[in-house]
Amino acid sequence: MELFTNQVLAGIATGAIYACMALAVVMIYQAIDHLNFAQGEMAMFSTFMSWQMMQWGVPYWGAFILTLALSFAGGIIIERLLFKPLAKAPVLTNVAGFIALYAIVNSVAGLIWDFTIKQYPTPFGSSPFLGSQLISTHQAGMIGITLLMLILLFVFFRFTRVGLAMRAAASLPESARLVGINTSWMIALGWGMAAAIGSVAGMMIAPVVFLEPNMMLGVLIYGFAAAVLGGLTSPFGAVMGGFLVGIFENLVGTYIPGVGNELKLPIALALIITVLVVKPAGLFGRPIVKRV
Amino acid sequence: MTTMLNVKDLRAYYGQVQALHGLSFALNEGSLTTLLGANGAGKTTTLRAICNMVRSTGAIEFEGKPLSGKSTENVVRLGIAHVPQGRGTFTTMTVEENLQLGAITRTDKKNIVADIERMYEHFPVLKERHTQQAGTLSGGEQQMLAVARALMLRPRLMLLDEPSFGLAPLIVRELFKILGKINREDKVTILVVEQNAQLALELADQAYVIETGRIVMSGSAKDIANNEDVRKSYLGY
Repeated sequence: MELFTNQVLAGIATGAIYACMALAVVMIYQAIDHLNFAQGEMAMFSTFMSWQMMQWGVPYWGAFILTLALSFAGGIIIERLLFKPLAKAPVLTNVAGFIALYAIVNSVAGLIWDFTIKQYPTPFGSSPFLGSQLISTHQAGMIGITLLMLILLFVFFRFTRVGLAMRAAASLPESARLVGINTSWMIALGWGMAAAIGSVAGMMIAPVVFLEPNMMLGVLIYGFAAAVLGGLTSPFGAVMGGFLVGIFENLVGTYIPGVGNELKLPIALALIITVLVVKPAGLFGRPIVKRV
Repeated sequence: MTTMLNVKDLRAYYGQVQALHGLSFALNEGSLTTLLGANGAGKTTTLRAICNMVRSTGAIEFEGKPLSGKSTENVVRLGIAHVPQGRGTFTTMTVEENLQLGAITRTDKKNIVADIERMYEHFPVLKERHTQQAGTLSGGEQQMLAVARALMLRPRLMLLDEPSFGLAPLIVRELFKILGKINREDKVTILVVEQNAQLALELADQAYVIETGRIVMSGSAKDIANNEDVRKSYLGY
């Protein structure tokens, strides 16, 4: 039983990271109807930036906040330079754009910081959490930071004017323009926020997977699985999907013989395909009620 | 009377297809004007051109300021509210959020709250349903919501695209009564595009008739209603 609890809690911890990535993916998907394949690489680059700052002597939380701000700005710049011009382009053009962004960010990170694995610090320590062997302080911290961020995002979207405007712009751009919302900037803002959310995921997972340019590939695939499972149209679903995928991944790895670390990634892919075949809207992507 | 909106030689295009062929008309401040015409005459396009939602040439002046080159959202910010065809309801949001969105460009928080209450007085059914997802409202209720949302801007000019579309006759009468009230009491200049010519002419004080992208007739609503050709083509008697 302890093994089970342990695996579930560890699943929730990594699930928190998947939830962040899924949420970032869903935010951009809602704004522009495309999956950002480069979301993981953007997060990886952000994590490297924070690492570099710490190398220069900036304390952890200072680097954390600075990285959030820089990622936010970076997300906006990427949207303005690359994806705003592609707004009316066909799907495949956009896909090519995302793959290009993926490759460029990945290579530039390798060029600057090379491809060797680096240690990344955790601000929470890695001792047992509250004296319990079930979960480490870093895992607890991962969950805590994610929950805090989710609450802030919820409050932002539910209770602020800009949040309302962003939701309106994502759901019906033309109507949004007709009430005076600058939808183009709302999309840019969505990119900035997605980049910032991704950077949190990167900085939280880096102590676990170690810092290197390809660190986010697996995480992003799990993030996609989470987003698809929860429903690409539902930010709440994406978050739930993240936690579910995290738990699922750990339990399958523990209890099904033959599924070691090597087979965990195909499980995420199998999950994506299964959901798309059985319930394409995802668990929480409820169909919109419409009466005419 | 001063001219609020002045449209001169408006030509609009959908790709290669030209939909408006040099349309000119003017709206007086405080007037309630209707634009009549058959399907495909260019009524909707005219409204869309005013808000720069379609490629167009010609000159449109609002209170003396040219609108050309302004983005849709900036046209709206000048005080031009547009209730589009199909109502443009934010179906996944609540009725109250829809109203808040109508006032999203305003910063006078206190007045916004008061205005929402005022809308609930105009449209009591919206108050009953203010926490409900807007997509679950009936067509008539959604049209009320669309008008209320547009009024939340505190517009100087309101453009309505076929507000009677798909509504039961009684509801249409009620809606038009409210539009008349808004025009008189809130001093909002209104331009309404309609296929229901009879009702529109009863309500309006000015009327224009549009055919294949050109204005073919203009005058007071009364004169237009009494015109033989209009009666035959649009009123059916």
